[in-house]
Amino acid sequence: MVTRLPEVDVVIVGMGWAGGILAKELAEAGLRVVGLERGAMRKPGVDYGVPAVRDELRYRSRLDLMQDVARDTLTIRNNPNQEALPMRRLGSFLPGEGVGGTAIHWSGHTWRWTDMEFKIRSYYEERYGRNFIPDDMTIQDWGISYDELEPYYEHFERIAAVSGKAGNIRGEIQEGGNPFEAPRQNEYSLPALSPILANIKFTEAAQNLGYHPFPRPSANASIAYTNPDGVNYSACQYCGYCQRFGCEANAKGSPHVAVIPLAMKNPNFELRVQAWASKVIKDSDGTRVTGVAYTDLMTGEEYEQPAGIVILAAYAINNVHLMLLSEIGQPYDPVTQTGIIGKNYSYQANRATVMFFEGRKFNPFINAGGSYATIDDFNTNLDFDREPHDFIGGYTVAGGFNTYLPIGWRPVPNGTPRWGTAWKEAAASGFQSAMRINATGSVMANRYNYYDLDSTYKNALGQPLMRMTFDYHDNEHKMLAHSARIMNDMAASMNPTAVNPAGDGTTPWSVVPYQSTHNTGGAIMGTSPATSAVNKYLQNWDYHNLFVVGANVYPHNSAYNPTGPLGALTYWTADAIKNRYINNPGSLV
Amino acid sequence: MSDSKVDRRDFIKTAVVGGAAAASAAGAVAPQDAHAQEQPANAAAQATRAMTGYSFLNLEEAAFVEALVDHMIPEDQFTPKGTDVGVNIFIDRALAGAWGKGDRLYRSGPWREGVPAQGYQLPLTPAELYREGIKLTNAHCNGTYGRSFDRLDTAQREEFLLALSAREVDFGSEAVAREFWSILYQTVMEGMFSDPIYGGNRDKVGWRMIGFPGVVAFNRENVKNYLDRELPGEPISIEDMS
Repeated sequence: MVTRLPEVDVVIVGMGWAGGILAKELAEAGLRVVGLERGAMRKPGVDYGVPAVRDELRYRSRLDLMQDVARDTLTIRNNPNQEALPMRRLGSFLPGEGVGGTAIHWSGHTWRWTDMEFKIRSYYEERYGRNFIPDDMTIQDWGISYDELEPYYEHFERIAAVSGKAGNIRGEIQEGGNPFEAPRQNEYSLPALSPILANIKFTEAAQNLGYHPFPRPSANASIAYTNPDGVNYSACQYCGYCQRFGCEANAKGSPHVAVIPLAMKNPNFELRVQAWASKVIKDSDGTRVTGVAYTDLMTGEEYEQPAGIVILAAYAINNVHLMLLSEIGQPYDPVTQTGIIGKNYSYQANRATVMFFEGRKFNPFINAGGSYATIDDFNTNLDFDREPHDFIGGYTVAGGFNTYLPIGWRPVPNGTPRWGTAWKEAAASGFQSAMRINATGSVMANRYNYYDLDSTYKNALGQPLMRMTFDYHDNEHKMLAHSARIMNDMAASMNPTAVNPAGDGTTPWSVVPYQSTHNTGGAIMGTSPATSAVNKYLQNWDYHNLFVVGANVYPHNSAYNPTGPLGALTYWTADAIKNRYINNPGSLV
Repeated sequence: MSDSKVDRRDFIKTAVVGGAAAASAAGAVAPQDAHAQEQPANAAAQATRAMTGYSFLNLEEAAFVEALVDHMIPEDQFTPKGTDVGVNIFIDRALAGAWGKGDRLYRSGPWREGVPAQGYQLPLTPAELYREGIKLTNAHCNGTYGRSFDRLDTAQREEFLLALSAREVDFGSEAVAREFWSILYQTVMEGMFSDPIYGGNRDKVGWRMIGFPGVVAFNRENVKNYLDRELPGEPISIEDMS
């Protein structure tokens, strides 16, 4: 028996950055908004107090803040010829659950993706010719420009307390910033984080090699700060428990600090936690959706929440899953290359080099989430000619630490025994004397990387699990081999006592080791309903009152972390809904 | 070396049969001196004294785990041996608790072996995997060496663990052997480095060994003042702050 509730103006699925921002903005615009969150209520100061929050076993190993895959997971395989099997425990990526979502446990890295991404196919075709793009690489332009997003990037950076150093203000290159970034109108509100030893060593080495190092912009408040909405942040304590942890100091830009409390003060907004959205309900006329069905996880009762506007703002994977379960749009088929929903799932590609410097004290436990000195010379740098290397996209290289705790970070030189006295001797010195440089690379969309529904395995609601088909392809292998060479040369230039070099071999993507919670695509934005699920305002082409807000709209994945454009696109979409859609419901393009 | 192990295991059995305090024989050797209470520096040892006795492991399993952790973490200039660090207690509590019983593990069938890139695919919970893996280990060791793992000498234990970690031990299922080794190594390292509230890392010896300061981490000034310098002071655990 499904209980039908009174209609509201807006129902939002998911209470992370996207859902939190939209809840606040739309409630302030006078709309009656209901937010549905599958996980529990989480509040700063209550849920992340010292000392309990400083528990590596609970949060880093046992993943206390993450999606519970016992009740909902996905099946995975590397290619369509394999049988997909359930991801029985989390590993490669870690979607969050609960109020604040994945942005409770993120590190804060906040980038501005540029037109190099938004106009990717045009750019490569124009510069290198059509044949440079492999046939099975399904990259496409996004239908939006950096200039359109610039003010929204800036607003999100100010809301989330992003600390950094500008590299390009209105075309003027700034000393100490990223010279390859697109022009910004203004400097960051907060100065860059204090460097740690690994940042200093990386910066020196990069400069010696002629690269252009800069401190990574990150939503870790470098100083106490009040954002434009009047939200107070404390200064980051460099506590070393950032990624996978909630911040007890209120120094990390997170929606449960920055936007959700403001939404909750507004009588127009009602938050329902333990509410698992299971389906978007479609109107019989085929042009509108009418609400969302959900299950109350306190009682097991099922409800239908009718709404004038439905916004999917769950984790990227779960947004696409909900669309497939709700039969919105045509599912993608990689054989015929028809259909839209599920296409262009992308991920990221990483390599690392570990160096040992006998006698140095890196203090890997003193860092902020964003304590990375970074170079963009092989990423947004247009002068980096891809032709001789035969790959599209690029990678950042960084030196630093973020949440390197002793269960997870036990560096020893290759060849060291894995237990016993010899291991202890190496581990005892390695913890303090090792530093790591890592490359984070883009993944271009590929015909055979996609989502659909699994026909065998079910979640706790009895619904088909999402099926993810993903592997790295030649483009990524070439890029990673290039990054390994660059990093190993850089490591050699630093004269370490010992080095564990980055490998350049190719292996299938594995779900086991943690790699990156940067899952993108599946319900992508674009210029036409023939090639995308949503338009540039993240409005569904088929149902004009359905908006899908998440990294699932990215048609490919860049080397940068995805939250910067997510924040910007969310404010952009909020403006479009507030200023245009509610006065004149219909297609915004 | 092996003889003393044999003796100790026999003693455990005797102790249980005789109704004596099996807990104190089960490898947990927290100091029992009456002065401990008067010594604040010994607070951690005092607090962890309660964490003796097994909640999950049976005698055969306890003997395996104690032998395993004492082999992988021997007594040397860096730390006391694994049972004196409480790694066996950590493992027992982990297997007895929610994680051991399959919390956050998707457990619906059908089950297929898959490929390693698809990750864990066994129907077993961590606790069940440990239990079955120990039986398989002892069956293998009995077949190869004529004795269970806990009665092997040091060289034999080393030989077995190297083979298991290199996936050269035949358990009838490649996946069971691979996942058993994976969970053994994971839990030993967790028992060495997790907060002492979980029973391992007793007196924070794992943290002391590598120079990890623990949970107190207000480093806003330290980030500048201890650049390339060792942070002084004792490591602090959750227990210390509670």
